[in-house]
Amino acid sequence: MVGIVVVSHSAKIADGIVELVLHMAGEVEIVGVGGDSDGGLGTDPERMQKAIESLEAEDILVLMDIGSAVLSAETVLEMLSPEVREKVRLVDAPVVEGAFSCGVTASTGADVDECVEAATEARTALKLHDG
Amino acid sequence: MGATQRTVDIIKEMAAAMEEHRAHLTKLDSEIGDGDHGTNMHRGFTAALESLEKTAADSPADVLKAVSMALIGKVGGAAGPLYGTAFLKASTTLADKEEISAEHAAAALQDALDGVKLRGKAEVGDKTMIDALEPAARAANDQSGSVAEVFRAAADAAKKGADSTVPLTARRGRASYLGARAEGHMDPGAHSSYLLLDAAARSLESE
Repeated sequence: MVGIVVVSHSAKIADGIVELVLHMAGEVEIVGVGGDSDGGLGTDPERMQKAIESLEAEDILVLMDIGSAVLSAETVLEMLSPEVREKVRLVDAPVVEGAFSCGVTASTGADVDECVEAATEARTALKLHDG
Repeated sequence: MGATQRTVDIIKEMAAAMEEHRAHLTKLDSEIGDGDHGTNMHRGFTAALESLEKTAADSPADVLKAVSMALIGKVGGAAGPLYGTAFLKASTTLADKEEISAEHAAAALQDALDGVKLRGKAEVGDKTMIDALEPAARAANDQSGSVAEVFRAAADAAKKGADSTVPLTARRGRASYLGARAEGHMDPGAHSSYLLLDAAARSLESE
């Protein structure tokens, strides 16, 4: 199964997304990394690396919120050992909707490409169909 | 004095500069960013000093690598991965060098710049630290003489570069959401880049 790491500047956002996905998707390996190393708003590459390494999934997708979360994720990718790095993909998707689509798709046992596609499609999916 | 100790002294001077200018950097960042650049840089360099005290580095490259890891781990904002990458690239350039020549220093600055550009995908004119670092690397490459003179030339160019960000509209980071409202403010990252290079130059000049 595909595992998911959610990165946000805010621990509450990261934890909230994980809570939402677990509720909607059920059995899925997902972990949130929010806030900086002091517990404030920001990003923490060391914890991101540990979170990625903690997952047992064969493929790991990382969804990030904004700015330094993306820069940090890219930096972490370079810090991983080659065998872990090849399992990891950063996904260019809105973090809440992307994690939700990705999690539900992953819970069906879909492969990593399908999960990436589901997360990426969340960018253009309309919420107000009559708009 | 050996090159390793000289590098440690540079980092100490940089840390002191981040402490001294913490409030000003945060003020600049409050105007167009999220108001934590001074605090973040101070926290990062404090962690860098702690790391250097805990494990004695035995080459200039080792010192820069330790600083890089501390900045990536502790800064908490975009400056962490960006400056972390800069120090890491400089460390790679200086690997195995026991003595640092002016040419080595200029090459390290150039590679640091290239690393930051690649990481942040920013160019000159985007109102970022690149506006200070790119002219700094060019000035360093054009400067002959001592390592101190190379850093002084780089710092002077970085100061002009940081000043040049004032009228710009930002194309990267939080300030890019502000449009024209970012105009009239100096980019905090460009200013901290100048401060770091100036600290390096002052440290070398004081020997």
